Amino acid sequence: MMALLGALLTQLLHAALLLAAAPLLLGLTRAAKARLTGRRGPPLLQPWRDTLRLLRKRPLLAEPSSGVTRAAPYLALSATLLAGLLVPGFAQGMILAPFADLLLIAGLLGLARAALVLAGHDAGTAFGGLGAGRETAFAAFAEPALLVSVLVLALLAGSANLDAIAALFREGGQGLRVSLLFVALALCAVALAENARVPVDNPATHLELTMVHEAMLLEASARHLALWEAQAALKLVVWLALLAAVFLPFGMAPAGAGPLSWLIGAALWGVKLAALGLALAVFESAIAKMRVFRVPEFLGAALLLALLAAALLFVSTGLA
Amino acid sequence: MTGLGELGYDVAHLLGGAMLLVSFVLLAQRRLEAVTGALALQGVLLALAAAWQGHVQGAGQLLLTAGIALAAKGVGIPLVLRRMAAALPPAQRADAPGPLAPVMLGAVALVALAFLLAVPATRGAPVLARVDIAIALAILLLGALMMVTRRGALAQVAGLLTMENGLILAAVGVAGMPLVVEISTAGLVLVVAVIAGVFARQLGERFGAQDTALLDRHRGERR
Amino acid sequence: MSAAGALVLLHLLGAGLLAAWPARAALLNLLLCGAALVPAAMILAAPGGEGWLRADALNAPFVMLSAIIGFGAALFSLEDVRGEGFDARRLRSYHAAFQGFLAANHAALLSDNLGILWVAIEAGTLASVVMVGVHRTPAAIEAAWKFFVLCGFGIALALFGIIVLALAGAPHLPEGGARLSAAALRAAAARMDPALLDLGFVFLLVGFGTKAGLVPLHSWLPDAHAEGPTPIAAVLSGLLLNAAMLAILRGQAIVAANEAALSPGGFLIAMGLASLLLAGVTLWRRRDAKRLLGWSSIEHMGIAAIAFGLGGPAGNAAGLLHLWGHALLKSAAFFAIGRAARLKGDQRMDAIGGLARSHPPLGWGLVLAMAGLAGLPPLGLFVSEWWLAGAAAQAAPWVLAPLLPGLLVAGLALLHAMQRLCLGPPTPDAAPGPARPSTLLPLWTNLALALVIALALPAPLAALLREGAGLLP
Repeated sequence: MMALLGALLTQLLHAALLLAAAPLLLGLTRAAKARLTGRRGPPLLQPWRDTLRLLRKRPLLAEPSSGVTRAAPYLALSATLLAGLLVPGFAQGMILAPFADLLLIAGLLGLARAALVLAGHDAGTAFGGLGAGRETAFAAFAEPALLVSVLVLALLAGSANLDAIAALFREGGQGLRVSLLFVALALCAVALAENARVPVDNPATHLELTMVHEAMLLEASARHLALWEAQAALKLVVWLALLAAVFLPFGMAPAGAGPLSWLIGAALWGVKLAALGLALAVFESAIAKMRVFRVPEFLGAALLLALLAAALLFVSTGLA
Repeated sequence: MTGLGELGYDVAHLLGGAMLLVSFVLLAQRRLEAVTGALALQGVLLALAAAWQGHVQGAGQLLLTAGIALAAKGVGIPLVLRRMAAALPPAQRADAPGPLAPVMLGAVALVALAFLLAVPATRGAPVLARVDIAIALAILLLGALMMVTRRGALAQVAGLLTMENGLILAAVGVAGMPLVVEISTAGLVLVVAVIAGVFARQLGERFGAQDTALLDRHRGERR
Repeated sequence: MSAAGALVLLHLLGAGLLAAWPARAALLNLLLCGAALVPAAMILAAPGGEGWLRADALNAPFVMLSAIIGFGAALFSLEDVRGEGFDARRLRSYHAAFQGFLAANHAALLSDNLGILWVAIEAGTLASVVMVGVHRTPAAIEAAWKFFVLCGFGIALALFGIIVLALAGAPHLPEGGARLSAAALRAAAARMDPALLDLGFVFLLVGFGTKAGLVPLHSWLPDAHAEGPTPIAAVLSGLLLNAAMLAILRGQAIVAANEAALSPGGFLIAMGLASLLLAGVTLWRRRDAKRLLGWSSIEHMGIAAIAFGLGGPAGNAAGLLHLWGHALLKSAAFFAIGRAARLKGDQRMDAIGGLARSHPPLGWGLVLAMAGLAGLPPLGLFVSEWWLAGAAAQAAPWVLAPLLPGLLVAGLALLHAMQRLCLGPPTPDAAPGPARPSTLLPLWTNLALALVIALALPAPLAALLREGAGLLP
């Protein structure tokens, strides 16, 4: 009973932390990037303020748009949120942990992307379609890389359940594996592409020639836009939390461990996310955006890494 | 014998895998300077792998091999190649490997082939040797692929050097392999590179280009 | 010191000497090659020995053959190199590389240690790259580059095969040099892991098959033969190809000693047939005389590979005799063609014609050499091809179906070319001159030797041939 209660409580706390962390993390990366490029930058809470401002406004819909434009943001946000609930954060063994299959998480994120792409097409403008087309093309490379990475992790841990993988890796049961290194690189590349970060896309510009993610949102306004931006922020947290759970699993609190270790776990989780966010900011400042046509090469490299990881894993398990 | 999940095996696997990754980087690189950089990295990794094998097998002579690999393949040869690349006109410093996707797909297929060949075939061998043989075969085939897909003389030499790297990785993985071969290989590779350098220079002087495709025109007779 | 060691050392010192002191290099080169005949004859008279260089019934005749052809090439080179108009630096590198190549080739023939064998073959490759590219013309550089790249590729694969064989032998052999000794590996092969032996042999075959000019990695061979100076073409065909083939045979012997491993014969037969058929067709379309002979080398290496693939005392004897006869006749043909190209100032077949009428000793020598290469009696190749057909009829009659048409097509192509080159109206000479003994002596010596091994093989040699064939699976 206590265990169940603990699992439920951690799950609720996780949800709250997730929602709170999303705009903060976005604000943090923006501020860090601004500092790194010599600007003062917006305050940390700016994403919150933007969201509140947008929510007060009345949405303006493009004339040819259908119900898709109105429904898509809700669908995308709820799918992303659900994915976020499945990714273990500060604690392990949350109540949804038995469902935290990596493939399910990937599917939910894919669902959110599908909603976004449909919304991009729905308004019938050129840029929306362009962005949606590019997003789909990139996804065609990113998703196989993600799936092969999942396969490698599942082979290593003996389960595709993220909670179980994190638990195993926390104890160092996987040893020092070259496959894991490759998968880490591949997943980082996929995360960059999925979150429309440099070098795949630039979240800070609306340059017609290169934009992907923003192009699909050009027609969104008011609360729809707020929802989309919240979804994007949430997706970033989900991805960083996923990377943290797999590759930096130390310090996670078991669900039944009690409030004190939850507190420590939450603090550590915050530090991990902040560190990853800062690393992202540094990376983005250090590197130039790629031409759109080279993005498939970038993601192809991720796919290659994942395949190599799988092949090397095959060699080592074939030897065992 | 060290086995799966143990440090001796894991580090060997890690270093070999990293060398394989560098082979992919080499295949994808356009600029010759980046190619030489990747070659140097692979040489250093090879030296580490040799040293590690020497440590695990308790074979002191492998440390010597590691030293030679570090000096020649990690530093010397890449430096020479870089200097030769820098002597080229800027337009020829990039050597386009053609469309990347088919090359990479071919590379993945070759790696799969190498593993499918080597893993079952080496069933009776010690685990450490098996890892190195499988990965070395993959590196060897990727080097061959690089030689096939590149036209530039320097890039072809780089492909040959990768093949030699793979060979040495295989040689150090086999416990008790007589040392003679490694030293002579290292020495000969140096000679190979020097001769190739002479050639590249001659080609450069004669045609103002390193592109061996230009030479096809001078073929005495179409086959 | 053993005769084998003395032979290799002699050429090594010769290479150093010629590199350091190039005055009268051509003559010195000839003297060194002449001196080499002595240890080679000693090896032939009493094969044996222990350690890394080990002569046996299999390689001793090849060592003698190499010494004879090397001497002939040096003699031919004495005159021929004057016509090249090399400057001092190139003369020096040419002669030093020639001696270095001979040293490497003898070491490769004699070595029992697979590591040394590989090193020797790689050193031989480097030396021959220098010689093939010595003309510095674009075509020569292309030929040398292709030779270098393809053979570098091939020997890299071969080394991998050797490493895998060493891995296979590691549990069964003591630490140290024995792990790479062909004899020790062969003795222990029956207990080794067959899968490893398979893997090793495939790489060895493809790798050294490249050096032996077997299809599919043959394309360096015609270019290298055509663009290098003629003496180089003679030693490439007469020496290098044999050494590479012997290296394959060593690997084959090791793998065949294990019952559970794949049978290597099928691979050799397949590659041999591919070489024979491709060359047989290609020979018809040659316009360059030296390329023609290069393609003919691919054909004959293919025939020898088929013979060794069939195996057994009859097949192996046919293969060995074929290699001997081919080395003699091919180098003879190169001497004649080289001289003719020098006379006509051009090595295209259109430019050479009617040699038998305008230069009878040279022309009739070429007629005999090419007829012999085409497999006509009475020279050596007729006998070996006859033996081969007999062995095939016994061991694997289906091989005859592609073999006989292949032999016929290739033979007719060579006869056709011979007719164009030697019979008919003579073409004008660009640089008329008498037929010099430096050409005629090696030419007719080789022809006479080819006749001897075909018709009247001396009893000791015949015994060596039988014993050598018995050493192979």
